[in-house]
Amino acid sequence: MELSGGQIVVQCLKDEGVEFLFGYPGGAVLHLYDALFHQEDVKHILVRHEQAAVHSADAYARATGKPGVVLVTSGPGATNAVTGIATAYMDSIPMVIISGQVSTPVIGSDAFQEVDMIGITRPCVKHNFLVKNVADLAETLKKAFHIATTGRPGPVVVDIPKDITDPKIKIPYKYPKKITMRSYNPAVKGHTGQIKKAVELLLSAQRPIIYAGGGVILGDGNKELIKLAQTLGYPITLTLMGLGAYPATDKQFVGMLGMHGTYEANMAMHESDVIIAIGARFDDRVTGRLTEFCPYAKIIHIDIDPASIAKTVKVDIPIVGEVKSVLKDMLELIKDSEIKTNPKALAAWWKQIAQWRDVQCLEYDRNSGLIKPQYVIEQLYQVTKGDAIVTSDVGQHQMFAAQYYPFDKPRRWINSGGLGTMGFGLPAAIGVKLAYPELDVACVTGEASIQMCIQELSTALQYKTPVKIINLNNRYMGMVRQWQEFSYESRYSHSYMDTIPDFVKLAEAYGHVGIRIDKPEEVRSALEQAFALKDRTVFLDIITDRTENVYPMIEAGKAHHEMKLRVALGTSTDRELA
Amino acid sequence: MRHIISILIENEAGALSRVAGLFSARGYNIESLTVAPTEDPSLSRMTLVTRGNDDIIEQITKQLNKLIDVVKLIDLVETPHVERELMLVKIKTTQETREEIKRTTDIFRGNIIDVTAHSYVVEMTGPSDKLDAFVSAIAADNIIEVVRSGTTGISRGEKGLHL
Repeated sequence: MELSGGQIVVQCLKDEGVEFLFGYPGGAVLHLYDALFHQEDVKHILVRHEQAAVHSADAYARATGKPGVVLVTSGPGATNAVTGIATAYMDSIPMVIISGQVSTPVIGSDAFQEVDMIGITRPCVKHNFLVKNVADLAETLKKAFHIATTGRPGPVVVDIPKDITDPKIKIPYKYPKKITMRSYNPAVKGHTGQIKKAVELLLSAQRPIIYAGGGVILGDGNKELIKLAQTLGYPITLTLMGLGAYPATDKQFVGMLGMHGTYEANMAMHESDVIIAIGARFDDRVTGRLTEFCPYAKIIHIDIDPASIAKTVKVDIPIVGEVKSVLKDMLELIKDSEIKTNPKALAAWWKQIAQWRDVQCLEYDRNSGLIKPQYVIEQLYQVTKGDAIVTSDVGQHQMFAAQYYPFDKPRRWINSGGLGTMGFGLPAAIGVKLAYPELDVACVTGEASIQMCIQELSTALQYKTPVKIINLNNRYMGMVRQWQEFSYESRYSHSYMDTIPDFVKLAEAYGHVGIRIDKPEEVRSALEQAFALKDRTVFLDIITDRTENVYPMIEAGKAHHEMKLRVALGTSTDRELA
Repeated sequence: MRHIISILIENEAGALSRVAGLFSARGYNIESLTVAPTEDPSLSRMTLVTRGNDDIIEQITKQLNKLIDVVKLIDLVETPHVERELMLVKIKTTQETREEIKRTTDIFRGNIIDVTAHSYVVEMTGPSDKLDAFVSAIAADNIIEVVRSGTTGISRGEKGLHL
């Protein structure tokens, strides 16, 4: 089969089983778009801004586990994609981004729409390639998918100059079935000796805690994680990226940890004597002040990426390997181990945790007469029966969604954790809805975030992706305002806009349904109405209490046991309370 | 502490900038860096001298290993090794100083590889501190320019860094 470069790219995508290609055409990719015109296997989703193409593909990958694929043109198309690429990189999402480039003879001459895409994306990709020869195209794309989806996943950019896709130059096509690279062989199995040591430490713990993150979801290790937690009977906390890896409604779950985690999760981390970190990376939003991080604990750390281990926190037993495989090995060893967990110590530990839980750190004022954002999320949970896929933007609403929507399944909570990219939520919801048309998809957002990719309402109409936008409209950049309240004596410097659009009219202008809600008693029925409109995108503009803050909170530079609570714990110190 | 990291890396366009970019992005310091293709033209060998405590060096080697183009690396300082650097020094000469500079060059086992009426170019190899010593043995006023290759090195014994 003789194909042109453009046809080769399309054929490679077919051979990879790519379902959706999120993109936007332009000069340098016209040959490629022409090749796309003649087929229907790979469905192209035309976004309204390249950043959204990457977010949609990224969320598709997060929800399905399959790589997200993007096609953008050179120059501004490529640079617009960079925020999306960095977002995916920070959260280790498998993606292949194909960018057009000016023709090889003019590379480096400041040609029209030329940027050094390889140079620009180098710090925010797992790897990138510039294809200089059409004969290398198929193999390069195979490598890109291989690298993106194996080991610690991540985005891979393939930059393709226009002349490489020239329809006049045809070469025999063969897509490699497998690829081996001498310089890239990610670990799979964990070291047996280390796993054995870890099991011994884990079983002899007095005050253990399981701390699991997004790696469990990315590595499809949630079944093994549940088995481990339930076999041991230990408390488990999850990171923002890990939510759903363990059922949040289970009694062993003590909530999310970190800056806006629960009091009980952070206190349990602080007081624990053994921590097993699984597919989590000790992010600064999780650890708080490092010098006071888990002062009494020995730490086991399982991660596929050796560079994640001992990066910020010293670890006693590092295990490099795939979470799923390592947990399986651990479960085997636990079954056969002569050491058993200590029921007495464990009972005392759970009693202690129950006391921390009694603080009820997530309680809020339910009688204010105003719409509380927490209440909206609780109602969203009830209306969707806890079974929606929830995407979010970045800010207070993101934290409220993480705190008040208990996720029982993995890949149901889609948010930009590492980079914290405002504008992620709506394109993400579209990508998810394309993957799972039968599921309810809600985008929890705020009036500031939603405006960063609002143009995607148009994409939602074109591809009939009826997502529900839950706009928690507090007329502030809520998280910025909260920090300004706490740390800058309420000097709300540029954290509000006084020209917020009429979102109802805006939604209608884009061909959707818009509903404004400003009374608490309307929230439930509006949500029910929105989700009942199965084939319409609905924009719920919900006017919330503008002074509400996210609690509890570990303020910058504080440690786990120094949480700021909505209601201060009187005069007793946290330890006395315990 | 000073470390000499020796890297076998795919001889691809941009491989050097991946390494250099990693160091600047993560705030690691590079004292010197040399790179050239090996006997296998598909591979380059890079020698990178850096400083840092054990934690930093551990992160540096892990982050380097994470680069897709890096095939293998070792920290030469952890094993018996030899290290060399090449230096060329252009020195101002006068009738009175020529003999003295030649003698100093001989003592340091350097070679004079270019001579004009008013200058020498001295070529010298050795560990970096020997080159430092030579430079300080020549009066600063007389030095026109100094160019150094940066350290390169190899482990002692039969074992080597190869595929």
